Amino acid sequence: MSHLHEDKIKFLEEKANLVRQSLIEELVEAGSGHTAGPLGMADIFTALYFHILNHDAKNPAWEERDRLILSNGHIVPIRYAVMAHAGYFPLEELKTLRKFGTRLQGHPERPIMPALESTSGPLGSGLGQAAGVALAARMDGKKFRVYCIMSDGEQDAGNIWESAMFAGANKLSNLTAILDRNNIQINGMTENVMPLEPIREKYEAFGWHVIDIDGHNMEEIVDGVEQAKAIYEKPTLIIAHVIPGKGVKEIEFDYIWHGKSPKPEEAEKFLAELRTLGGKIKSEHE
Amino acid sequence: MIHSSQKLVENIWNDDIGQAPTRDGYGKGVVEAGEKDARVVVLCADLAESTRSHWFKEKFPARYIELGVAEQNLATVASGMANYGKIPFIASYAAFNPGRNNEQIRTTVSLNDVPVKVCGMHAGVSVGPDGATHQALEDIALMRVQPNMSVIVPADAEEARKATYAAAFTDKPAYLRFAREKTPVFTTVDSPFEIGKANILWESEKPEVAIIACGSIMMNALYAVKKLSEEGIGTILLNNHTVKPMDEGAVIAAAQKAGAVVTVEEHQIAGGMGSAVAEVLARSNPVPIEFVGVEDRFGQSGETNELIKEYGMDTDAIIEKIKKVIQRKK
Repeated sequence: MSHLHEDKIKFLEEKANLVRQSLIEELVEAGSGHTAGPLGMADIFTALYFHILNHDAKNPAWEERDRLILSNGHIVPIRYAVMAHAGYFPLEELKTLRKFGTRLQGHPERPIMPALESTSGPLGSGLGQAAGVALAARMDGKKFRVYCIMSDGEQDAGNIWESAMFAGANKLSNLTAILDRNNIQINGMTENVMPLEPIREKYEAFGWHVIDIDGHNMEEIVDGVEQAKAIYEKPTLIIAHVIPGKGVKEIEFDYIWHGKSPKPEEAEKFLAELRTLGGKIKSEHE
Repeated sequence: MIHSSQKLVENIWNDDIGQAPTRDGYGKGVVEAGEKDARVVVLCADLAESTRSHWFKEKFPARYIELGVAEQNLATVASGMANYGKIPFIASYAAFNPGRNNEQIRTTVSLNDVPVKVCGMHAGVSVGPDGATHQALEDIALMRVQPNMSVIVPADAEEARKATYAAAFTDKPAYLRFAREKTPVFTTVDSPFEIGKANILWESEKPEVAIIACGSIMMNALYAVKKLSEEGIGTILLNNHTVKPMDEGAVIAAAQKAGAVVTVEEHQIAGGMGSAVAEVLARSNPVPIEFVGVEDRFGQSGETNELIKEYGMDTDAIIEKIKKVIQRKK
C-alpha cells in the first residue's frame, strides 16, 4: 500500500534533486566536508522535511513538533540544504557552511541553531539523545514522534548499543531510528572495517521492530515511517539501504568520497549531471 | 576565629559533632528539588543505593530512570531529556561519571548547553578499600575546562544538600562532587550557601596565610587553622565550594589580605581547584602559593584516614604547608 500520490512522489523527487544541487554548491564553497554520505541521504531528508515531519519552519520552537536528531553529524550539510529549501533560512546562507561566524558549523550545534535539535559529530551519541527525548515526551503524554538518523559506521560504537538496549527495554514506540546503510566508512567498506551484519537480527534481539527499505524510493521511505507509527510495543529501526554519492555516477559507492568535498571543476561536472537527470532519480534496486 | 556569619554548629570542636557523607546531602537535595519541580528526573547506572538516588526512587518512581551499567548512555539519554525540558540528575561514581563518559558530557551536555546535573560520587582517595580504580582524582580538572559547565564541591552533607537543590534551578549544566565516607557536618540549615559565592569560615585578626579549600576534607583545614591560632599564627579559611565560576573577588581579597595562600582539596594538584586559584592570582595578585592535594599519583586500597595521611591531606600536612608558605614570604 502506498501512502503517496504520484504527484507527490514526483514533487519529492524533484525537490531532492534541487537539494542535491544546493548541497554540491554548498560543499564546493566550503572547500571541505563530506560528500558521499550527504548525497546518499538526500532523498530521506527531503521526504522527512517535505512530507513526514510535523514541523513549522516559521516556528522552530513549536512544542508539538516532531524531533529529528541527527547522530552522524558529519552529514549535516544535507540537512542544512533541505532546511534551507524548507524555509528555515535563506538558500544564500548555505554558502557560509564551515566559514568563520556561520550558523552552519562543520558539525551541527543546537545552541547556535536550535532547529537542529541536537549537537553531534562524535559518533554514537545520537540514539541515546533521541531515546531521552522520546522517554521524556512519553512521561508528559506528548504525541509527537522522535526520529534519529544514524550512520552504519557508528554502529561500531558501544554507546549505540547501550542506547539500543535502553530504547528496547523501555518500549519507546514513539522513536523511529533510520539507519543510513551506505556500507562505507572512512577506512573502507563497513563489512571489512568491522562487520555489522546481521544488523537486522541484532536490533531485533534488542527489542526493536526492523524494516528494510530502499532509501532512494520515496514510496518506501514514507511507507516505512507509516508502518513504524503502527508499531505500539517497540521502537522501530528503518534500515535505509542507500548509495553513497547517489545522483553523481562517478562517485557512487566510492568510499574515497566519504570525507572530501568537490573541487570547483568537479562540482561543475556533478551539477551538470544532476541537472540533466531532471528530478528522475530512480533506485538501482528496482 | 570562626566567622559569625557562617552559623556553624555549636559543637564544632567536640568529638560528638554529627557525621554524614556528602552523598547523603545529594540524596536529600535531589528529593527536595523533585518536590519543588516535577521536571526533575534522576537517572541511575546501577548504583541506586550507594549514590543515594534510591531516596528519589522511593518518592518519585515514575521519574527515576534505570540505565544499567552504561555511563555513556547515562549522559546521552539525560541530554535528550534536558533538551526536551526535563532537569536530569545523573549520579554515578566520579571515576565513571564524568570519567568514562567525558566526551558525551562535553558534546551532548556542555557544548549542547542543556541543564544536565552531573553528580560524581565516591570522589577522592577517601573511598578507601576499593582502591585506585574507584578513587576519582581528576574529575574537577575534567569538568572545569568545559565551557558552560559549572563545578561545585560541597564541604559537608548539609552544604551538599543545598548545592544539589540550588544546582537544579540554574538552567545550565553543572558538575557536583561528593564523597563516600562520613565527615563532620559543621554547617547548619542557616549557614549561607550560594553558587559562585565563597564563604569565609575563619578569619584571624592578623592573617598570615589564606587557606582556600573545597570539599569534604574542609574539617581538616578547620582543625589546622584552629591549631595554628593556638600557636599564635593567624589565618583566613575560605570555603571555595564553587570551583567554577569561581568567586574571584573573594579569592583575590583573601590573598591580598594574607599575602600567601595554601589551597586544600582531595584531588590531583594538577588541574584542580588549587590550579584554578593559581590562575586567578597569577594574573591579579601573585603571592606565594602551596598546594595540598595528590601529587601526580594514583590512589590505593586502605582505610580513609590512612590514605588521607599517606597522600598528604591530613591536618598535620596542611599545617606543614601553611608554615612552609609563611617561610617563603620572608
